[in-house]
Amino acid sequence: MTRTPAFGLSLAAALMGTTALAQDDPIRIGSIATLEGAFTVLGEEGMRGLELALEQAGHAAGGREIELISEASDATPDSAVQAARKLVENDGVDIVIGPLSGSEGIAIRDYSKTQPEVTFVNGASAAADTTLREPSENFFRFTTDGTQWMAGLGEYVIEEKGWTTVATVAEDYSFPYSQVMGFMLDFCEMGGTVPEKFWAPIGNKDYTSIVYSIPQDVDAIYVALGGSDAVNFLTQYQQAGGTKPMIGGSITVDQSVLSAEGRRRDYLVGTPTAGPIADNWDNPAWEAFQTAYREAYPDGLGSPSLFAHGYYVSTLAVLEGLNEVEGDLSDGQAAFREALATMTLETPTGEVTLDENRQAIADIFLTEVAMDEDGELYNEVIGVTEDVTQTLGMPREEFLALGPASRDNPSCP
Amino acid sequence: MARRAIDPRAAVALAALIAAPLVLTDFWLVQILGRALILGLIALGLTLLAGFGGMVSLGQMTVAGVAAYTVAILTTTGTGPALNLPALPAVLLALVLGMLAAGVIGLLAVRTSGIYTIMITLAIAVVFFYFTRQNYPLLNGFDGYAEVVPPEPWGRPAPFYYLCLAAAAAGYLWIARLVAAPFGLALQGLRDEPRRLESLGFDVYRHRIAAYLVAGVLASAGGVLLVWFNTRIDPGTVSLGPVIDILVIAVIGGLSHPVGAFVGALAFVLIDNFAVEALPAARERFNLIIGTFFLLVVLFSPDGLLGIWRRLMRPPQDAGSTARED
Amino acid sequence: MTLFMATLLNGLSLAALYFIVASGFTLIFGLMRIVNLAHGALYLLGGYVGFEVQRATGSWYGAVVAGFAAIAAVGLVLQLAVFRHMEGQELRQTLVSLALSIIAADLMLWVWGGDTYQITTPDYLFGAFPVGLPGLPMYPTMRLVTILVAVVVGIALWLFLTRTRLGMIIRAGVDDRDMVQASGINVHAVFAVTFAIGAGLAGLAGVIGGSVLSIAPGEDLRFLLISLIVVIVGGMGSVAGSALGALLIGLAEQFGLAYTPTYGVVYTFLILVAVLALRPQGLLGRA
Repeated sequence: MTRTPAFGLSLAAALMGTTALAQDDPIRIGSIATLEGAFTVLGEEGMRGLELALEQAGHAAGGREIELISEASDATPDSAVQAARKLVENDGVDIVIGPLSGSEGIAIRDYSKTQPEVTFVNGASAAADTTLREPSENFFRFTTDGTQWMAGLGEYVIEEKGWTTVATVAEDYSFPYSQVMGFMLDFCEMGGTVPEKFWAPIGNKDYTSIVYSIPQDVDAIYVALGGSDAVNFLTQYQQAGGTKPMIGGSITVDQSVLSAEGRRRDYLVGTPTAGPIADNWDNPAWEAFQTAYREAYPDGLGSPSLFAHGYYVSTLAVLEGLNEVEGDLSDGQAAFREALATMTLETPTGEVTLDENRQAIADIFLTEVAMDEDGELYNEVIGVTEDVTQTLGMPREEFLALGPASRDNPSCP
Repeated sequence: MARRAIDPRAAVALAALIAAPLVLTDFWLVQILGRALILGLIALGLTLLAGFGGMVSLGQMTVAGVAAYTVAILTTTGTGPALNLPALPAVLLALVLGMLAAGVIGLLAVRTSGIYTIMITLAIAVVFFYFTRQNYPLLNGFDGYAEVVPPEPWGRPAPFYYLCLAAAAAGYLWIARLVAAPFGLALQGLRDEPRRLESLGFDVYRHRIAAYLVAGVLASAGGVLLVWFNTRIDPGTVSLGPVIDILVIAVIGGLSHPVGAFVGALAFVLIDNFAVEALPAARERFNLIIGTFFLLVVLFSPDGLLGIWRRLMRPPQDAGSTARED
Repeated sequence: MTLFMATLLNGLSLAALYFIVASGFTLIFGLMRIVNLAHGALYLLGGYVGFEVQRATGSWYGAVVAGFAAIAAVGLVLQLAVFRHMEGQELRQTLVSLALSIIAADLMLWVWGGDTYQITTPDYLFGAFPVGLPGLPMYPTMRLVTILVAVVVGIALWLFLTRTRLGMIIRAGVDDRDMVQASGINVHAVFAVTFAIGAGLAGLAGVIGGSVLSIAPGEDLRFLLISLIVVIVGGMGSVAGSALGALLIGLAEQFGLAYTPTYGVVYTFLILVAVLALRPQGLLGRA
């Protein structure tokens, strides 16, 4: 449950300064999710995951009650930092869980460096650089990044599907860059070629000109667009008579896109993709999570999206850490952070451990879109790539030497 | 002349603001007052343009963005050209480039007046936003610049607050004097009777562009402080939301007096931070609250919070003379 | 050749959509001098209304009619309840419309959430149509329909403005408002009808846009901006100007996207700046 102190109280706190919290006071956890603007649906999903985890733990961990204070951002880094400042500097939270999107994540990581007393646990943001370059001592990420999400996809596409020439269509910013990179590292290594990459400006709605620019001799199109952009592209591609098979980025065929209205549904069947979750993974822990989600949120999505999953896993990690140290956050939260850094976390999607940059090493699912008997689309599990590291198994130095993902990096025309 | 004497209310307010760090926490100092002073400074330029010059420009945040990006590009390491310049020359260049941007916006906008200005400046503001999102070599596109921090000790709460206060106070005093000076009177004349003043030999365009430049200085200074406040800049800072926020701030404060910009900014920041706590359902509905507040002000108090204040302060027997405003 | 022809048709069909939105905007502005910054919100609302009606009744044509009629009614209410009471106060009207657009956007987000909606079109409009152009044998039917709708709207507006008494009064009002007022015509009724038609066009465009593209939060601002740029370029208050402006902007956007995707949007800007510098009143606007 969300509890927010009254205005008068916070004014009094402002005038007196925050007092030190005693051991039996509630632990204050602040959450940041995109609850304003176009990403509201995703933010709501994130909060469902977070609140579900808290609910299951009875709003307590390590013998102490947990008080949740939630703040909204609008997916801009500025708003995320403002939310974090309010949580940390005004509400005096001990732990921050969030944010949701990539650039917000980098901004919160930078902010965390100025607040060494507070522990930050990523929500669902997936920019690689958040933990790959210039990591922060008190920023932990128990979820995988956009490059990791693509693990195994390139190999599958070449070996099983036999597609060796692929054009990419993606939005023109950092998250799709990292997705394309994750796909291409494997794909190019195994002899595949990407003759052309199309970067659509963010906010572009009319992809028809791109549709007609796609070379005729490619085997498939790799599409990393999210939300309304994916819907627009797919419709326009079909309307133009396009028939090339599609390879999906992690958010192109996310549950929130699969559940949306429209006619593109049939075409999506058979689209391979990879990501941190898989709707119908035949695994008791996942099914328990799915059932709990559906029971708690009957009007939520058909199956938890990767945002609900991300916040859920992150909150689990916090709860587990608090249990391990019995709610002891003294000494600059040293024991708690040590617990986080060394734990092996049981999640609905397998075990998660952290690397030396406090970045998750976790399993990635290779899936293909399928249709169930009710005509609902879901991602069917083809395989699981276990213990995917942030460098996709490469030595850290070698991976860093590849440079950050960009419009032109990597390249294998 | 009363104009020369310092208004006792202003003196009290200034004294309270100077003493603020003694009683307030860092959050209130920087996140509430500091941010209000910065936004107020940017909105102050709009008060001058719209309230006194009749030109509603939505370009203030864009100018602030130009200055903010300049500081970010010149002073950071790691991203973009990574020039790593000292702060002082970077700030000076930011002010110059910000003024230049204001001049260009002014040049494009003054040829059309009144209601057209709002359309043209809105279009310019949004196109600048799109440009920042697409340009990587210089502006680093979607991600923008991070870790843009002021030189020590200005990054610490109290010094940063005083920096904001000094800039805002200087801007306020400047504009307060300017609107009573011949330049300001001519500007108001141009707003009300452009043809008459033109026939008297006034150069309408020059006067108006000069006003844009003055507003540009304020916006640039605000932009420099804003990038230090956020410690970062990216397209979100100059997107349509913040662009319109500046107009909302100036209007809810009141356009008839330079102090309105700061009153509006404080109201805006307080709503932004605490609407949630007064009204728990409001977490996801910030825009509804600020939009309704804005609508009520425009509908019922054309002179914003200042107008409400004046009405409250006016002795009852004076109520008959409300229509006359001198 | 394929790319060129396709881009040309894309530009034309996008321009068609832009024209439908912008013609409503310019109509309201031309007569009443109201810069209706809620025009984009009306577009989006029209799209949502169309979506709901199509889903409830299964009729796409019903959605088109409902989108126009519902938003025209909203426009009528806006004019009678709000703008009528502040006639002549241009700045105040603009600020009120801005406030309304902020409120409307948040209310729509509340009701319809952040999801993307597409209005289902009849099956025969979904696929590709054999246009038989060099290099481009087939082209999406729905986009051709968009062009057709824009042409119909354009002709209807032209007939309305030149052949009906009301239309002539509106044109006279655009040219010289005081004169019309002085000649004893009930300007309030004329204003109300004009506002309703202008708003209705935004609603109609919303349904078309929601069918050929999609509707989602943020589209309101995009189409407001498009309307502003089209109208500035074409000339404020001129319906023909908005057609010309829409054509230029639509083509520039699509050719930019096809040939130089990174800075496609900058072409729009260059056109805007060139027009402002050389002909501030717009290409077909009066000084």
